[in-house]
Amino acid sequence: MTVRPIRPTNRTVAVVGGGPAAHRLVEALLARGDDLRVSLFTEEPRAPYDRVALSRRFLDATDDLPLGSGSGPWDDPRVSLRTGCRVTAIDPAARSLTTADGSTLGWDDLVLATGSDAARPAIPGAGDLEVYRTIDDVDRLRGRVAELATRLGRPPQTAVIGGGLLGLEAAGGLRALGADVTVVHSRPWVMNAQLDEFGGRTLNRLLRDQGYVLRLGERPSALEGGWLRFPSGEGLPVDLVVAATGITARDELGAGVLQIGPRGGFVIDETCATSAPHVWAIGEAASFGGECMGLVAPANTMAEVVADRLCGGSGTFPGFDTAAKLKLAGLDVASFGDGLASARGALEVVYADPTGGVYQKLVVSEDARTLLGGVFVGDAGPYAALRPMLGRELPGEAGAFLSAAGNGAPPDLALPDEAQVCSCRDVSAGDLRRAVCGGCPDLAGLKACTGVGTQCGSCLPAAQKVMERQLVELGVEVSTALCEHFALSRSGLFEAVRSTRLTTFGEIVTRFGTPADSAVNLGCDICKPVAASVLATLHGEYILDGDRGGLQDTNDRALANLQKDGTYSVVPRIPAGEITPEKLAVIAEVARDYGLYTKITGAQRIDLFGATLEQLPPIWRRLVDAGFESGQAYGKALRNVKSCAGSTWCRYGVQDSVAMAVRLEERYRGLRSPHKMKFGVSGCARECAEARGKDVGVIATSEGWNLYVGGNGGATPAHAVLLAKDLDDETLLRYIDRYVVYYIRTAERLQRTARWMEELPGGIDHVQDVVVQDSLGIAADLERVVADHLQTYRDEWAATLEDPERLRRFRTFVNAPARSAEPAGADSVVLSGPRIPVRGER
Amino acid sequence: MTLTATHPASAPHAVTGTATASEPPAAWHPVCPLDRLEPLWAEAALVAGEQLAVVRLPSDEVVAVSHWDPYANAPVMARGIVGSRQGRPTLTSPLHKQVYDLATGQCLTDPALRLVTFPVRVRDRIVEVRAA
Ligand SMILES: Cc1cc2nc3c(=O)[nH]c(=O)nc-3n(C[C@H](O)[C@H](O)[C@H](O)COP(=O)(O)OP(=O)(O)OC[C@H]3O[C@@H](n4cnc5c(N)ncnc54)[C@H](O)[C@@H]3O)c2cc1C
Ligand code: HEM
Ligand code: SF4
Ligand code: FES
Repeated sequence: MTVRPIRPTNRTVAVVGGGPAAHRLVEALLARGDDLRVSLFTEEPRAPYDRVALSRRFLDATDDLPLGSGSGPWDDPRVSLRTGCRVTAIDPAARSLTTADGSTLGWDDLVLATGSDAARPAIPGAGDLEVYRTIDDVDRLRGRVAELATRLGRPPQTAVIGGGLLGLEAAGGLRALGADVTVVHSRPWVMNAQLDEFGGRTLNRLLRDQGYVLRLGERPSALEGGWLRFPSGEGLPVDLVVAATGITARDELGAGVLQIGPRGGFVIDETCATSAPHVWAIGEAASFGGECMGLVAPANTMAEVVADRLCGGSGTFPGFDTAAKLKLAGLDVASFGDGLASARGALEVVYADPTGGVYQKLVVSEDARTLLGGVFVGDAGPYAALRPMLGRELPGEAGAFLSAAGNGAPPDLALPDEAQVCSCRDVSAGDLRRAVCGGCPDLAGLKACTGVGTQCGSCLPAAQKVMERQLVELGVEVSTALCEHFALSRSGLFEAVRSTRLTTFGEIVTRFGTPADSAVNLGCDICKPVAASVLATLHGEYILDGDRGGLQDTNDRALANLQKDGTYSVVPRIPAGEITPEKLAVIAEVARDYGLYTKITGAQRIDLFGATLEQLPPIWRRLVDAGFESGQAYGKALRNVKSCAGSTWCRYGVQDSVAMAVRLEERYRGLRSPHKMKFGVSGCARECAEARGKDVGVIATSEGWNLYVGGNGGATPAHAVLLAKDLDDETLLRYIDRYVVYYIRTAERLQRTARWMEELPGGIDHVQDVVVQDSLGIAADLERVVADHLQTYRDEWAATLEDPERLRRFRTFVNAPARSAEPAGADSVVLSGPRIPVRGER
Repeated sequence: MTLTATHPASAPHAVTGTATASEPPAAWHPVCPLDRLEPLWAEAALVAGEQLAVVRLPSDEVVAVSHWDPYANAPVMARGIVGSRQGRPTLTSPLHKQVYDLATGQCLTDPALRLVTFPVRVRDRIVEVRAA
């Protein structure tokens, strides 16, 4: 087949390879040039994905590791993406390329982004080695480990050859699949490219403590008959071996036509041009200064440089940023700059606590002022803040920045404008400051405006610091660290988890905790419920599954409200307070049979008090069977939508307030938020539903609906203010979607909407800009959250009742049979404090 | 505002039901298999008539304190959040959020409060508690 002829006015940029570098290039080209056509060829059977996040695929086989947000550039008419299509030859003189299926394409510019292959050690039996480079590799490892485990009836014995960043990550992945892992490494300590001896030996110890077996200082000589052989004659019995001994640039297309570097790779200059005109190379396949670099940040920078050059700019590649952070559960390891102190006269400032498993080192210039690099093992807390200071003068004594050394907080770093905060997306402190001054008051907006933190997410703590300092300078009060366990605020944590798509608290601690060690940092009653809420909003999964059960606050934990005597109250949802006599009768029967105190609440529904933990499932069995669902009176989520009688009955009504209230309640029920949310809908301006006392108040007009936001009752009542007027039903819902999700993304812990708008720079005007004018360009994102939520919403009690594993959380004692689940059972063990009587009870 | 800490056995509400009075003091009682405890999810257990809150830590060490919340005077401690302060495991009351050191039982937010602690050991993956 031949490729369609190209319209002569449009320049064609051909891209070979579909990794993160190619993805970034295409994104950057589309953002800059209109007159381009881009043809991308990748040999993998799928569009470019986030290889950096490959280990997530071990945990979740359905995670496709998307890059960027939304569908990305592949739907753009200017782009043609050919997956499963290998380029077999390039001809720089004729400006054409040939693919494996025999077709050819002419191009004006060619960008080689072919990346690397995993190297295999040249030993007998190398053909049986697995590697860890692509989604297909991980899927194959998953299959093989599962098959071995079934066939052998025991955990497979696996080995990873190579104890570098990738090898350790592969070892973590195999462990997550249930295999036993031995890491075989030729040096006396792992990660020797990044770590000095002391740091490496500290990490050796931490790995062994976690149950990894290390076999150090020896290279295997053969893989044969289920044994990994060593030159010493010893052998290691293995069922499966993964090689992670390094990477080899995919430079085969350059043979004979392009200059190849001393260690492989297409040689490029600082404009990313290869030795042939109009041929560029980026990413791991590019050799700069004699080296290829296996990191994504320089790949992205090169992509930006080439995009700039192709659009007439003059960008240059500044050299490699070698900062790296190990992504392995429970192990906090990072290095940047000249971590091995190879510069002449470099000084090393070290803090070491071998028993605590912490090693931190900063490398500074001879005069002890300029930061040259750093190494962190066991606690990489200072890494995020210090990395942007590379090559700059430290504002204080170097030792003070080591978190473990001092007792107080490290000195505040005032980053210069040019300092790069986000290396993945190349965002400087100055870019962030300008965005804040330009009206981005929060991390959600900052991510949208500048792209900061949207790839690996590790820069978000530093970005939050820069943003907060700038806000303070603008005279805005800012909220900060959640608690001792996280330096991020709630909104910061939300954005961090959103970027990284983490799904468990353990992972969140490992990535963002202080310290980032989930064996020591167990969180607390502040940060755990916050994390639970963030995970619930972002993933919409049943809140008590996995490690999320233990994160939930008092009420969420039992899906009921704990009362002062240790019993619970039960509140079924009654949308808009509308209920049939049949359903009322069921509530009455349940209350009578279980001896529950009943009270009609201020939220137009009925509360049943006095149930023991074990009684909750049988009570809910009856309620669910009768068509009730959880009212989530226990959750930081939408409580209820209060409504008046409305136009159906009321002689003043101009709109059907009850129908709208039911619609709202069914739309937002279950959406977890920073604090509880209450809505109200009134059918005319008389406002009988007191909607302006609610977070979201809707008041009917003859033209449609007025939308008010930011009201609440409670100790400090606030009246909701007008956000938009005379909306039709669909626009109303769209605005509420945006408002609610913007609040969820950017509010701090336990901040109701009124306080949130008060503290948000720009206040209601800013909110109006975002919600009505879409000033941050995030409206579609915000609406998508509600759309996704509607897809995943499940009544929490129905979901609990259908799964015996979930029901275990409702046992009174772990070691005694149910004793109180029966109605009116006679207890010999006191399960609650003194009974609270009903006034006027006979 | 501070109530004094009450030992659950001496608290008026802790009526014992299933324990037999003739047991020797401070015997080891099997509670449950270790695997029945989810790490960092506290559970209540009934041991020798006492209600305990039993916590499995990530290290698989198991600790036990009284289930009785001395401030709220209700059997709820096992329904609190397990966490840490400066690396020391803690348990927070679900009612009024006092934070207790799980190793010592000492309340870290109110010096007058304390939970009784119980020795725990794991043998053959069975959790055992020493109680009267
Ligand atoms: C498991 C793992 C973890 C990592 N973790 C980190 C990390 O934490 N931090 C970090 O900075 N970096 C990390 N990296 C490195 C990072 O993934 C790479 O630097 C990044 O993928 C950029 O590479 P690239 O786009 O240049 O090439 P690649 O991602 O290798 O993509 C090249 C693509 O081109 C295709 N291709 C090659 N030749 C042809 C051809 N002739 N025709 C068609 N298609 C072709 C390949 O099949 C491949 O899909 C990690 C890598 C791996 C494997
Ligand atoms: C209103 C709620 C809370 C807020 C806003 C909050 C915030 C903070 C902040 C900002 C710090 C200082 C961090 C630092 O010095 O680096 C801190 C310290 C701490 N927090 Fe929290 N916290 C709250 C409640 C709690 C609770 C309930 C716990 C217990 C589980 C807790 C445990 C700790 C501990 C142990 C410290 C260290 C204090 C010390 O060094 O003595 N916090 N908290
Ligand atoms: S708000 Fe208007 S429509 Fe609703 S009950 Fe009151 S008067 Fe009637
Ligand atoms: S440094 Fe990776 S997203 Fe910013």
